[in-house]
Amino acid sequence: MSLSAKDKKTVKTFWAKVSSNGEAIGADALSRMLVVYPQTKTYFSHWKDLSPGSAPVVKHGATVMAGVADAVAKIDDLTSGLLSLSELHAFTLRVDPSNFKILSHNILVVLAIMFPTDFTPEVHVAMDKFLAAVARALSEKYR
Amino acid sequence: MVEWTEQERSIITSIFSNLDYDDVGPKALVRCLIVYPWTQRYFASFGNLYNADAIKTNPNIQAHGTRVLHGLDRAVKNMDNIKGTYAELSVLHSEKLHVDPDNFKLLADCLTIVIAAKMGSGFTPEMQATFQKFLAVVVSALGRQYH
Repeated sequence: MSLSAKDKKTVKTFWAKVSSNGEAIGADALSRMLVVYPQTKTYFSHWKDLSPGSAPVVKHGATVMAGVADAVAKIDDLTSGLLSLSELHAFTLRVDPSNFKILSHNILVVLAIMFPTDFTPEVHVAMDKFLAAVARALSEKYR
Repeated sequence: MVEWTEQERSIITSIFSNLDYDDVGPKALVRCLIVYPWTQRYFASFGNLYNADAIKTNPNIQAHGTRVLHGLDRAVKNMDNIKGTYAELSVLHSEKLHVDPDNFKLLADCLTIVIAAKMGSGFTPEMQATFQKFLAVVVSALGRQYH
């Protein structure tokens, strides 16, 4: 299930449309993840406030989406492009990789909410494949 | 036994009462067949599913999407016994239709996306949590009679 040339084009075109909302997308996706999948809160026990739209959630949402934006730019070689991020997740953060799928799902939900006409089934499949590829690249260094 | 709070019950009935089943059902099924193309394996007799446009305009898919949504309606009306309500449907999906139960989650995710697109920011994190809890119960009930 690797990214075809068409997938990459679809992702880049859609991302160009939505990237200016990157921070809002990240904040909403992270907020939803923490509410809908409460087990994900275990990674953020060091935050004072885990409620939707709180300061640490908004800030971290922006960080995550900056990573996604970086991945779009490096879409032709995610494995080497995201190498240091992979090392971070593998050795320092040690986020169980099942959570990448959870966050990806919530990113897709937010994209559907914010861009209902642009987030067609064709864009959806390309973005789903892209986020899965990003997750794979992030998991590279785990073992 | 699945426990539902009053708030959860009212969220589910409110979401479904504002839905056009003839619109949302087909949209969710179409999206599932495009986003997860291997699910097309169950619809070989439905005619042309050759590309996204064919899937979107296929009348058999439209009809079936509506049927699926009306099937979900039965769970909405029997939230305290979704397992029992779906026992026969579960047998059907296992014995007659031979559907891999992992597919139920794929369709559920597509339905969530379609509802999110329709409701916009009105689909709050709390509503999303309740809706996904409801769909998880439905998915579990549909897989229950497999052996």
